[in-house]
Amino acid sequence: MPETKTVRIANGQGFWGDSILGPTRLVEEGPLDYLTLDYLAEVTMSIMQKLKNRDPEKGYATDFVSLLDRILPTLIEKDIKVVANAGGVNPAACMEAVLKVMRAHGLEGEKVAIVEGDDLLGDLDSLMESGEDFANMDTKARLATVRDRVTSANAYLGAFPIAEALSKGARIVITGRGTDPGLVLGPMIHEFDWTPEEYDKLAAGTVAGHIVECGAQCTGGNYTDWRSIKDLARVGYPIIEASPDGSFVVTKHEGTGGAVTLDTVSHQLAYEMGDPAAYLTPDVIADFTSFSIAQESADRVRIDGVKGAPATPYYKVSMSYSDGWKSVGELTISGPEALEKAKLCAEIVWERLALDGCEYGPKERLEEYVGAGVCHRGIDGGETDSPPEVVLRMGVKGPDRAKVSRFGPELVPLVTSGPPGVTGFAGGRPKAAEIIGFWPALVSKDKIKTAVKVLTA
Amino acid sequence: MPLVPLSSIAAARSGDKGEGSNVGVLAKSDAAYAFLKEQLTTELVAVHMKGINAGQVRRYEADNLRLLNFILEDSLGGGGSASLLTDAQGKTHGLALLRLELDVPAELLAQLNA
Repeated sequence: MPETKTVRIANGQGFWGDSILGPTRLVEEGPLDYLTLDYLAEVTMSIMQKLKNRDPEKGYATDFVSLLDRILPTLIEKDIKVVANAGGVNPAACMEAVLKVMRAHGLEGEKVAIVEGDDLLGDLDSLMESGEDFANMDTKARLATVRDRVTSANAYLGAFPIAEALSKGARIVITGRGTDPGLVLGPMIHEFDWTPEEYDKLAAGTVAGHIVECGAQCTGGNYTDWRSIKDLARVGYPIIEASPDGSFVVTKHEGTGGAVTLDTVSHQLAYEMGDPAAYLTPDVIADFTSFSIAQESADRVRIDGVKGAPATPYYKVSMSYSDGWKSVGELTISGPEALEKAKLCAEIVWERLALDGCEYGPKERLEEYVGAGVCHRGIDGGETDSPPEVVLRMGVKGPDRAKVSRFGPELVPLVTSGPPGVTGFAGGRPKAAEIIGFWPALVSKDKIKTAVKVLTA
Repeated sequence: MPLVPLSSIAAARSGDKGEGSNVGVLAKSDAAYAFLKEQLTTELVAVHMKGINAGQVRRYEADNLRLLNFILEDSLGGGGSASLLTDAQGKTHGLALLRLELDVPAELLAQLNA
């Protein structure tokens, strides 16, 4: 029997802000062919757009560039390629920064690629004129209701442009907004020459990508039976060993902490899941109810038999818009009678604000008593009347920035003009922050042009 | 039949899904899955989670994973950056559902503890 070629694809970053030890240890502590890095959440695109508006050289994940500076020698030595959605709203600037770091490492001749075409902000009006209505997928509302407040608009592109970039010899592939699983599926398409019609294989790569997209959440992080997980400090980030037929193994480097079991992987398969029989991506519709899953050996879980169906003719579009203001602050109230005193504190704040003409509606204000049962409110066993101390967390929101801002200065005075035992005001006055609204919509694929650009260091 | 928390026979993972959250309930055995498929209805989940979720509850099944996936449609106080809640992503909703107490057949529990 001929030896089957397998490809090792790891994910070292579950979100912008994940531990830098994930990717550095992945490249150091065992064999690897591809390192993927997921930096983008829905809100991230809007933040990056703001940074770019202020400075046209910004708007991408700068952490990515400093990470590369640290791991480039190992990437070259072990011949590892990188696929990252670090481009944010400015993949071209990200590419320039990466090329600069490569040259500083003496890596002239190495190639960097970007995938473009996801950024629709400048084309929104012409797309609307051509018949795209960008109605909100959840609420069905028309985009016109928020059009003048839209701050970013990006299509979730698929995995084929990533595969194209790899086939052109790129060491580093930088995308803007694409699907998270596409970062993992792209290298599989490239390595195994999968076509857009091989639905089962594309679905398998999508399932693999979904499992690893949140990093250590499939290797023992955020796991119900947490006592059974050893050495989370040294948790191994996940690796997919992919085979040309679409079957794959989830694993991690030998000697790392955490665990890869039937349960740790199944848990992550359920994460942020809607209808498991129809997981939609621009490449394929994956059926998460179709496959078999089995523990092959210690820290190795095999998935086989994934089924897929043709994708829809749409890209999902993630838009953000300015949706008012909010302000949140907290104080700590010690016992005795911590909860009663905290409730009095909240009443005092609302009353003082009302005295000054600031009243907030029931949906515009919130008070929480952290320690008395906030996360599991209304659930048997999830609340207590007698916590030894509580954190009083209060917040307001609304369209009027001045009114929202008025709240902050009334929280800290409780330290001297409220009941005794109020402390923990080190953070100072809470300030108003802009609320970034999220607007999910669809756009016809045939209206969107994607492009792959390759440059040499 | 002993009254035990759902956590005796299942695990869970939750996260955000627009203005709502999803709670994946993963049964610990085939028997537990069969039992939960029957007993853990959307109505029961809606009542248990009413302090957290103001919206409808939907349920999906994935037999291969012994998974019942519940969508809580309005559980994040507006969702995303609009929420004022501590748990604006529904990260803790799985553990909240696992607090639900159920009458579970003794032999099902005995199998799990064997």
